[in-house]
Amino acid sequence: MTRHTDDGETDEATETDTEDVDGSKSKTPVPGVPEAGRDEQPSIFVPDDGEVSDETTSPERPATDGGVESATGGSDSAELDPDAYDPVDVFPGGDLDLREGADSCYKCTSCDTSCPVAEVDEEFPGPKFQGPEQWRLKRKEDHDIDESITSCSNCMRCDDACPSSVPLSQMHNEARGQFVEEQMEKLSREYIRNRILSNYRFFASIASRVPRLANAVAKIPGAMTLGEKVLGIAGEREFPEFATQTFREWWRERGGAQVDNPDKRVAYFHGCYSNYNTPEVGKAMVRVYEHFGYEVMVPPQKCSGTPMFANGMLKDARRHAETNVENLVAAIGEGADVIASCTSCSLSLRQEYPELFDIHGIEDVSEHTFEALEYLRIHEDLETELAGTELADEQSFAYHAPCHARNQGLSRQAVETFRDVEGVEMEDVGDSCSGISGTYGWKEEKYEKSMEIGAEMFEHMEDAEGDVGMTECPTCAMQMEHGTGYEIKHPLQLLEDTVA
Amino acid sequence: MAIDSDVLVVGGGLAAVTAAVAAAREDADVRLVSHKSSTLRQASGLIDALGYVPATEPATPLREGPPTAGRELDRDEWPDPEGPLADPFAGIDRLTESHPYRILGADALREGLDLFDDLAGDAYRGDHTDRNALLPTFGGSVKPTARYPAAAEAGIASDDRPMLVVGFRSLTEYDARAFAGRLEAAGVPFDVAGAEVAFAEAFRADTKITRVAKALDRDEPIEGTPAREALAKAVAPHLHDAVDESGGVDRVERVGFPAFLGDEEGTEVRAELADRLGADVFEIPMGPPSLPGLRLEDRLYDALDAEGVRFETGNPVVGIDAAADGQIETVSVDRKGRETPYGADAFVLATGGLVGKGLDSDREGVREPVFGLHVDQPDDRYEWFVDDAFGDQPYARFGVGIDADGHPLDADGEAAYDNVFAAGGVVSGADVAREKSASGVSLATGIVAGRQAATEATQ
Repeated sequence: MTRHTDDGETDEATETDTEDVDGSKSKTPVPGVPEAGRDEQPSIFVPDDGEVSDETTSPERPATDGGVESATGGSDSAELDPDAYDPVDVFPGGDLDLREGADSCYKCTSCDTSCPVAEVDEEFPGPKFQGPEQWRLKRKEDHDIDESITSCSNCMRCDDACPSSVPLSQMHNEARGQFVEEQMEKLSREYIRNRILSNYRFFASIASRVPRLANAVAKIPGAMTLGEKVLGIAGEREFPEFATQTFREWWRERGGAQVDNPDKRVAYFHGCYSNYNTPEVGKAMVRVYEHFGYEVMVPPQKCSGTPMFANGMLKDARRHAETNVENLVAAIGEGADVIASCTSCSLSLRQEYPELFDIHGIEDVSEHTFEALEYLRIHEDLETELAGTELADEQSFAYHAPCHARNQGLSRQAVETFRDVEGVEMEDVGDSCSGISGTYGWKEEKYEKSMEIGAEMFEHMEDAEGDVGMTECPTCAMQMEHGTGYEIKHPLQLLEDTVA
Repeated sequence: MAIDSDVLVVGGGLAAVTAAVAAAREDADVRLVSHKSSTLRQASGLIDALGYVPATEPATPLREGPPTAGRELDRDEWPDPEGPLADPFAGIDRLTESHPYRILGADALREGLDLFDDLAGDAYRGDHTDRNALLPTFGGSVKPTARYPAAAEAGIASDDRPMLVVGFRSLTEYDARAFAGRLEAAGVPFDVAGAEVAFAEAFRADTKITRVAKALDRDEPIEGTPAREALAKAVAPHLHDAVDESGGVDRVERVGFPAFLGDEEGTEVRAELADRLGADVFEIPMGPPSLPGLRLEDRLYDALDAEGVRFETGNPVVGIDAAADGQIETVSVDRKGRETPYGADAFVLATGGLVGKGLDSDREGVREPVFGLHVDQPDDRYEWFVDDAFGDQPYARFGVGIDADGHPLDADGEAAYDNVFAAGGVVSGADVAREKSASGVSLATGIVAGRQAATEATQ
């Protein structure tokens, strides 16, 4: 998909000219050349109860094939401009037209070659089918979405592999949303299980009120077997421990930011896992950023939506996105950039949000979001800062780059950042997927595939010198620990040990 | 602040990797930025230098005026291309003057191949001679190539040992019997038979070749039998399929498979099959999805790491951020919607050609989208191509012109920027598909661009 960065001029054209369903600026059609999108059924995800549609724009609004949903007109300015605005949404009122993306596919199959699921599961027809081919098939009214869409783990490697910039993951997200909404039995065990898995935040927020009890319950012999029998959650996995104090509780207790600096502000999107399970990652973020003189803000926030996209729960994701966008836009208005320590959270805010939702300010959130280490590498002279530093206790790390980091061009940042630190040995364990892909590896029927995908990474970790793993993604960390028994750290924790 | 390095290489394919390593070996601090996963995964894994010298003029003069698509052209009026060439270096003088080999000289190709040999190590063959080898390809033709994967070695067409080619019903793009027939028709000096065997049937009909490779890598049980053993058992009954000149049975001494014999464990997979079959085993290079391409990609990116090159894939360079005094100072990298400046003392543009998207085109023209460099082209788009699909297509040579240092040229034939160098498919002048020269052009232009960029940056 092309993300237009034009200013508001498109929007008038689309408001008035309903013929122009592809949202392009009215080009004179060339004889004999079909105009993209013109003869198509609108590609649209319609929630059956229509509960969201009222909140969005008028259903009469014509489709666009992507656009700027920017409260500041796509500029770096913090001034909000309610007119700078061009809708794209999977919900009524601004439907997606993925025609251009489907037409860009020249069938090179690079996406299939890069798909970790297709490598272990021959029942999975691969991203080329799930994306452009299925998109064409479902132009026909009576054509169902193939159930295999639920086997896509949403690792999004296909996006990174496609030389033609076909928006594969966007197509998958849309098809999966439509499948879940229109074809999946809402009382089925699978639906309920997926709903629970994707709403991890809801359950984590309850469990972390009584973390010790929750941890104890998860350790009761047979508890996970019960989970498998009743819900289809993989019994082999160990439930992540809840921290006795969440990140936000810690933040309140320490009295919030210790540095005031109107010129260097960041809003921390900690996500659910750093808050409920690994607050030490969040604390490391705060200490490292304060070391570099940043004022850290911690705005109210909900789930980034990553597990919801992967399970087709688009309505849930949308609800959470509204809260996130509102609060993050406010922080951006105060001069902050948004920093995430989880690479799936940052990818979601940067890519999936503007690809799937039409929420005022969503483009600004996308443009202002960075991964934590990435931001420091851009804005601080980390190289000079780290040159000549030394880690007190010599340590070798087996580093795994999460798929969602790969997609943001970040797969090498940890290895390169710590290259010159004395006492740190960082070994990249290769470009395979860890196999867990968020909720994928938690599903009973996917567990074995997940471990088969991960096998290569486990072997490389064991071959590597270090016995401590490192990664930016919390679920990759779970998988790395599960497969090797290693302790797993986040690069921010190492950075904290090195500089702070 | 900008993310700085001495040399910034834009692109991720063979030319980009070659330029990056060449610059790093000249003691430059190098960063490589590639929009997508390397297109090496779409490559056959064969390293061609120059296989043919195609005719650029018809045998009899054309009528007055430019060659246009509207004109009927008798195909017989075009002389056959010269080749297959036994020695790629011997053909360079007969290429057009604007060909990168002519501009940079035969030594650039020779040094590029040397660098490749060093990086590829024991995974590749062919460096013992200047001469081309003839390798069977997935289409059933025989291709002249300068370097080839060790996995393809036993398939060499100048070898006279009898051959069996194995195919699978479920692999629809490839028919082993037709393949064997085409090889025979091409006059190969050995007996060859093709056989379709039942092995991949255990998988779904549209199983990805990566799935089969993974099963062989891990020796997964196929209906109870380990995959490698199951494959050998399926092939064994056909070892006597080849028929010699007198109609007698000829036990084959080598067996060719589509290139899916394992990924990480390829060497072990081939060795075990060879052992079980009592014959050499080789892979036939394929189009995408190509495991030989993926393996080469892995190897070359490991080499980048070993040479200390920083690299990132996933974000495109979208344009020039700052330029002054005939120099580019910083370029813009689009990091998911936010443009970030990357600074360098010298830049290498290795973004590929029309297929690799280093060149962009529509009805109005052909452009180089990253630096906006000049692309020489006829104004009338009907002069971009000719009717004969396999003829001398002008568009095949489109790209950025270079001087002897690899500087891209502006419309007046002058270096566009002092500190920019171009390499690979984005460079004009070669018709790589007809010449079978794509890898060689990438290596020759890549090594020159990388070295010159390092010199520019460190002087």
